[in-house]
Amino acid sequence: MRKKLTGARKIRILVAKPGLDGHDRGVLVLARAFRDAGMEVIYSGLLPTPEQVARMAVDEDVDVVALSLLNGAHMTAFPRVKKLLEKMGGEGILVVGGGIIPEDDKPKLLKLGITGLYGPGTSLEEIIAHVKERVRKERWKER
Amino acid sequence: MLRGDGEGEYWRRKVGKVVAKRRAAGRLFDEKAVRDVKQGVKQWEKRVLEAWTKGKAERKVFQTASAIPLKPLYTPADVKDLDYFETGFPGVYPYLRGVYPNMYRGRPWTMRMFSGFGTPEDTNRRLKLLLKRGETGLSIAFDMPTLYGYDCDHPKAHGEVGRCGVNVSSLKDMESIFEGVPLDEVSTSMTINAPAAVLTCMYAAVGKKNGVPPAKLRGTVQADMLKEYIAQKEWVYPPEAHLRILRDLMVFCTKEMPLWNYISISGYHIREAGSSAIQELAFTLADGFGYVELGKEAGLKVDEFAPRLSFFFNSTMDFFEEIAKFRAARRIWATVLREKYGAKDSRSLLMRFHTQTSGASLTWQQPLNNIVRTTIEALAGVLGGTQSLHTNSFDEAWALPTEKAVEVALRTQQIIAEETGVASVVDPLGGSYYVEWLTEQMEEEAYKYFDRIESAGGILKAITSGYLQREIAENSYRLSKRAEAGEDSVVGVNKYAVEEEEKPIETLKIDFKAQRRQIQRLKQAKKERDNAKVRVALDKIARAYENERENSIYPMLEAVAAYGTLGEIIEVGRSAFGEWREPILL
Repeated sequence: MRKKLTGARKIRILVAKPGLDGHDRGVLVLARAFRDAGMEVIYSGLLPTPEQVARMAVDEDVDVVALSLLNGAHMTAFPRVKKLLEKMGGEGILVVGGGIIPEDDKPKLLKLGITGLYGPGTSLEEIIAHVKERVRKERWKER
Repeated sequence: MLRGDGEGEYWRRKVGKVVAKRRAAGRLFDEKAVRDVKQGVKQWEKRVLEAWTKGKAERKVFQTASAIPLKPLYTPADVKDLDYFETGFPGVYPYLRGVYPNMYRGRPWTMRMFSGFGTPEDTNRRLKLLLKRGETGLSIAFDMPTLYGYDCDHPKAHGEVGRCGVNVSSLKDMESIFEGVPLDEVSTSMTINAPAAVLTCMYAAVGKKNGVPPAKLRGTVQADMLKEYIAQKEWVYPPEAHLRILRDLMVFCTKEMPLWNYISISGYHIREAGSSAIQELAFTLADGFGYVELGKEAGLKVDEFAPRLSFFFNSTMDFFEEIAKFRAARRIWATVLREKYGAKDSRSLLMRFHTQTSGASLTWQQPLNNIVRTTIEALAGVLGGTQSLHTNSFDEAWALPTEKAVEVALRTQQIIAEETGVASVVDPLGGSYYVEWLTEQMEEEAYKYFDRIESAGGILKAITSGYLQREIAENSYRLSKRAEAGEDSVVGVNKYAVEEEEKPIETLKIDFKAQRRQIQRLKQAKKERDNAKVRVALDKIARAYENERENSIYPMLEAVAAYGTLGEIIEVGRSAFGEWREPILL
């Protein structure tokens, strides 16, 4: 663990769009916003499989994976990434998600521990705050 | 423009000269009048405006969405070079005011609603419903596996079949989509890019089965791969490979499907990806010039194929900037086609375009407001002189639209066309000092970008280096931050937001059974077909890919007719050309 060498520990975050979805406007904005908020950002590039996303997250030892999908496949892709993380030894890695996610789907994803689930128009500030809070509380066990 | 022609400052020099000459030829205002107006403006600013605004700061810094600063007032002094005799007439070069002499007085724009979801049967029902409600052209949306060239039973297709468009894995699916649709009467637009050639072949095969020969089929495939690398990012192969297939398609259609628009050069996705209006205009036209060069490389004469090139733009919320963009696009296209590419046939010079209102402008919050946004954007498209229009449905920030929502969207167009009177006169905003000034601004900024793209080595290099993608990402981040800071208002989101929990509106649910049904049908198709015939055709495609001089579309037709699947045909290219990886953008 890279524990406080300089005092300010940086959140490592993987931003990814698992699956067949090239609409990257949102992820690219998020990646920049996370970086400007002081996080270390890794971007998956386009069209990775859930397997590739989970592998990258474990290899890069990230604190959190931020998933975005606009193609309606979130109910398949998001849980799959979560499950694979656990399988590959990244069970402590947090998963947040966003995109166009119908209300009915949200409880199911929340139950799996995939939080955020922000829709269009959410402020960047709100998303950043959510990521920071979860990482501090659940990953770094700060109080 | 496609590969960089080493002509450095070509655009500013050569086209600059042409534009200057045109302006000098038909100046509307004489110099004395312009001087008087300038004087008058000065006095008005001092005596009237300053007195009025004294001690009262203006609400904000006013600028267009592309960040062009705006004055409070525009006068003839701002358009002192406005010419009339060369640009004042619609249906006449350079078509600033419209591509046809009487525009919508003869025939209103085509009302074309993009639609497609679930199984081919689901989509077939929606298409028939739209035709019954007065739609005049079909427009098909495909799902992600189809767009990326995977059959519905491919592992990568899992969970995505029919989710955001209709799934097509083999000719069987296309037969069902168009079952009972009179292909000799309607025109069909298919939003398909990487596999566009395959879908064109399938459409031709469906036509043939229904007794409509390829030469009589009317419609469009998007097939604009350059903008895929720039913005929408639905590719399979590296750029050169897709361009090769497109070149084959151009040659094939020129001979066999003369009414088919085999490419729709699209700014829509460039804009949705976060570009400014200026970038949308510049990158789209640059792509267009790239395709002209591609056609010439294929040995076609510009007037043989340029009349079949059509465009597709976005219309979003900065009303006047959008209108200026459409007008500028027409004038640039005509000017460059004639001056740079030597087109002589007037049909080569016409920029015909489809418009879609902006999906990105729709808000998830307070969704009914989206009806208003779509109306304003649609109006801009009409005032900009569009040939066809898709209006988004108000629920599309939530899901694919319900029938009810689609009906409102179509009615929006019908109301604009038949109740408002805006279609009675050609280019009713022509001559507005502001609109004419803004049109010139857009045009100049576009030419500056052409030079920048040329300096970057042409469109292909500007794509493989990631230059264009990064330009868009910069702008999109700028817009996000402006919205975040409240500098740009989004009603219901960063202004006039309501606290209480949003009640879900009724949205369209896609049946997860679609995937199972599609896989079943694909199995059936494979069982019934003659596998040897398919293999022979696929081998022929592979050989055509190896030999630049062979046209790959003919064997593709053969493969499709034998029920070779989309995935099988695309796979042949994957083996031949490999896959594309995007340059690093962050």
